[in-house]
Amino acid sequence: MARVVIMGGGVSGHTAATFIKDMLGKKHEVVVVTPNSNWNWIPSNIWVGVGEMSAEEVVFPLAPVYKKAGIDYRQAKALGIHPEGKADSDTPYIVIEYTDEEKSGTTEELTYDYLINATGPKLNFGATPGLGEGSNLGEHTVSVCTADHADHASHELDSCIEKMRNGERQAFLIGTGHGMCTCQGAAFEYIFNIEHKLKSEGVRDMADITFITNESFLGDFGMGGLHFKMGGFATSSKVFAESLYAERGMDWIIGAHVNKVEAGKVTYESLDGTMDEQEFDFAMLIPPFAGVGLKAIAKDGSDITSKVFAPNGFMKVDANYNAGAYENWKASDWPRTLQNPDYGNVFAVGIAFAPPHLISKPMSSPNGTPINPTPPRTGMPSAMMGKAVALSILDMIKGKSTEPTHTACMSEMGAACVASAGKGLFTGTAAAMTVFPIVPDFEKYPGVGRDLNGTTGELGLAAHWVKHILHHLFIWKAKLKPGWTLIPE
Amino acid sequence: MSKKHVNHIEPYSPQFGTMIPLGGAKFLRTCVLWQLVRFVAINIRMTILILKSHH
Ligand SMILES: Cc1cc2nc3c(=O)[nH]c(=O)nc-3n(C[C@H](O)[C@H](O)[C@H](O)COP(=O)(O)OP(=O)(O)OC[C@H]3O[C@@H](n4cnc5c(N)ncnc54)[C@H](O)[C@@H]3O)c2cc1C
Repeated sequence: MARVVIMGGGVSGHTAATFIKDMLGKKHEVVVVTPNSNWNWIPSNIWVGVGEMSAEEVVFPLAPVYKKAGIDYRQAKALGIHPEGKADSDTPYIVIEYTDEEKSGTTEELTYDYLINATGPKLNFGATPGLGEGSNLGEHTVSVCTADHADHASHELDSCIEKMRNGERQAFLIGTGHGMCTCQGAAFEYIFNIEHKLKSEGVRDMADITFITNESFLGDFGMGGLHFKMGGFATSSKVFAESLYAERGMDWIIGAHVNKVEAGKVTYESLDGTMDEQEFDFAMLIPPFAGVGLKAIAKDGSDITSKVFAPNGFMKVDANYNAGAYENWKASDWPRTLQNPDYGNVFAVGIAFAPPHLISKPMSSPNGTPINPTPPRTGMPSAMMGKAVALSILDMIKGKSTEPTHTACMSEMGAACVASAGKGLFTGTAAAMTVFPIVPDFEKYPGVGRDLNGTTGELGLAAHWVKHILHHLFIWKAKLKPGWTLIPE
Repeated sequence: MSKKHVNHIEPYSPQFGTMIPLGGAKFLRTCVLWQLVRFVAINIRMTILILKSHH
């Protein structure tokens, strides 16, 4: 009997755990270690953040789902991994600390035959003074990164709307809260939902809405921008994104590293080195992401964290971490099997794996402050990585191969993104975007680095319908309801 | 006689340097019949993307 342990029950970990259990059956053990009792369909947090959905609609309890699936669920967080075992045993294990009410604070050793690190990001609010402490959101801004954050954001938004109704102008600032953020797409979607909400509440004319981003141009999205086939042109995402803001009368600040947040004000450094301030009454700033701070310990008890993890806390996998300068970057630098190079039974998927480098061009201000988006690892690729690793481990357990048999490489796969503006079936217009591949490959696709038949963008109600369907479909799938294995990632 | 195609955009502002949708494009975005066609197209496109992405 083999035991597969999955650290993290989010998008990628839940996908990996449920598929591997489904395929392995009762003979083998699948354990999920994750600190939250609920699963969250994070993309719909945006709708919670504008009061279009309740927090309850985007979460569900994990315990009954794992019970039904026969998965051993530990409501706990992993603290460290011991990939070589310990002095008196060669069996690798992880150390976990329970977070449920009953056993809170109790630690335990959990041995594994295969380990998947799917711990996602630490929401590193503490990286920007005033944005928060550690992974806790501060008091000056709001967030939509968790369902609870989004619920709080929606209440703050309501009180701003109330003030506008009473004739008080309000300034909205949405974007990234640090020069090294990723996840611009979430901020992008949120600002359009805010604008739509204010319009539908009849107070749009009382609001000044500004986007602040670490991207050097709007539409970089941490992917170095992209080109869509549109009206007979290969149109840059810069034009596409700028057009969306201009149409709605919203301002934007690009190339900004927010270095301080105070009550009603952010201070930021721009790519040209200038320092500036922006005032706000309501601000949603995405924090930078880091690894969750797992430690790695060798058999002799020495700390091997820097061998297993990159300095940003994400786990090293089969990527080329020595690609050097931007000019030398290649699509082939990106990991394919997501296997750790030193420990063949350890994998990292979703946000938890260490990218080889940025996708966007590295940039810094004359003061040496790096200001560039870090690579996005959105839901679709994260889930695909989870499934690919599950299939590889399955083949390894069944003795079909000693090496991973499946790949999920960001320079060989695409991503779909639907950014809504409102939730109505007949009002508002969402942007439906597809990109193929996520990491541009200028050797395979000379010109713009991507397949123009697979890289598309359009606006319309249809994208709203798609977003609605995705919400219900993915929650259905995550709950393992009938036919769940047929629903694609 | 004034002829307004779009709302005023401040010349030389960043907003002045991009494309602005006109009535026809806006109409199609919420025209249910056209959007039904686009709905099918988007789903086909996403399905192809998913199939191409699995290895
Ligand atoms: C507001 C918002 C909107 C988004 N919208 C979209 C969208 O529309 N489309 C899209 O494709 N993507 C979207 N994304 C991105 C998407 O949510 C992520 O790509 C995806 O969740 C990444 O999956 P993951 O499994 O790597 O991480 P997560 O889903 O974050 O899962 C990580 C899990 O690990 C757990 N964990 C943390 N620490 C530990 C530990 N020490 N031990 C064990 N477990 C741990 C966490 O509690 C969590 O359950 C959005 C993100 C945000 C924030």
